[in-house]
Amino acid sequence: MITVIFFAQLREQLQSDKVDLVIETPCSIAAIQANIVASHPSWSGFIEGRTLLAAVNQTMVTTDHMVNTGDEVAFFPPVTGG
Amino acid sequence: MNESTVNKNLNNTNNPLDYVGVQQADFDIANEYQLMREGNQQDGAIVFFTGLVRDFNQGNDVTGLFLEHYPGMTEKALQSIVDTAKARWPINRVRVIHRIGQLYLSDQIVYVAVSGKHREASFDACRFIMDYLKNQAPFWKKETTKQGDVWVTALEKDKTAMEKWDKNQQK
Repeated sequence: MITVIFFAQLREQLQSDKVDLVIETPCSIAAIQANIVASHPSWSGFIEGRTLLAAVNQTMVTTDHMVNTGDEVAFFPPVTGG
Repeated sequence: MNESTVNKNLNNTNNPLDYVGVQQADFDIANEYQLMREGNQQDGAIVFFTGLVRDFNQGNDVTGLFLEHYPGMTEKALQSIVDTAKARWPINRVRVIHRIGQLYLSDQIVYVAVSGKHREASFDACRFIMDYLKNQAPFWKKETTKQGDVWVTALEKDKTAMEKWDKNQQK
């Protein structure tokens, strides 16, 4: 199982701060996005949004990054600190 | 947002005053400046940048903002940016503080200080750290405006500012 956590505007859009997925690992970030959208079709515009950022174990990754069981996965919008 | 303060000292034994902090509390520039000077006879330059909450942004009258972050990753990202700057320029002390939680007009948001033997490297490294922080450190601003709460949108100019450092390196 993989838990994906959400931050900021994305969390508000989804009205959820995390989701647990039953998915075979290792799997790509893109596969995780597809898995989430399959169980939450109304989230597709947000989860598959062009600007979505992903982090695995607290480092930003691209959608081809492979995720293993136990990894910390997070999705969030572009950052706006500073 | 909780009251917690997450601090992490850099792993550079030469610079015990190096610091990366994510905190709700305000910081004192005069005190921070002294921490850059204290016992420091080797540096001829100190450059620092402070970012503040301003009253108008992206078309809205702003009355305050809430800063969200990703506990753990934010500190790690800031540390990584500082490490990259230290590997690229001959600089000495680096201190970075970023606030989180509820802030109001003219409040301090972020502080980056860099010392070095000469000004050029210190100016460049300070700007580099800010340009990367704006793009890679997971903070998100939600502004309180007269039109309601609004998430701040990431700007292309901030991305361009970061990317110009890559071009410089390729020269």
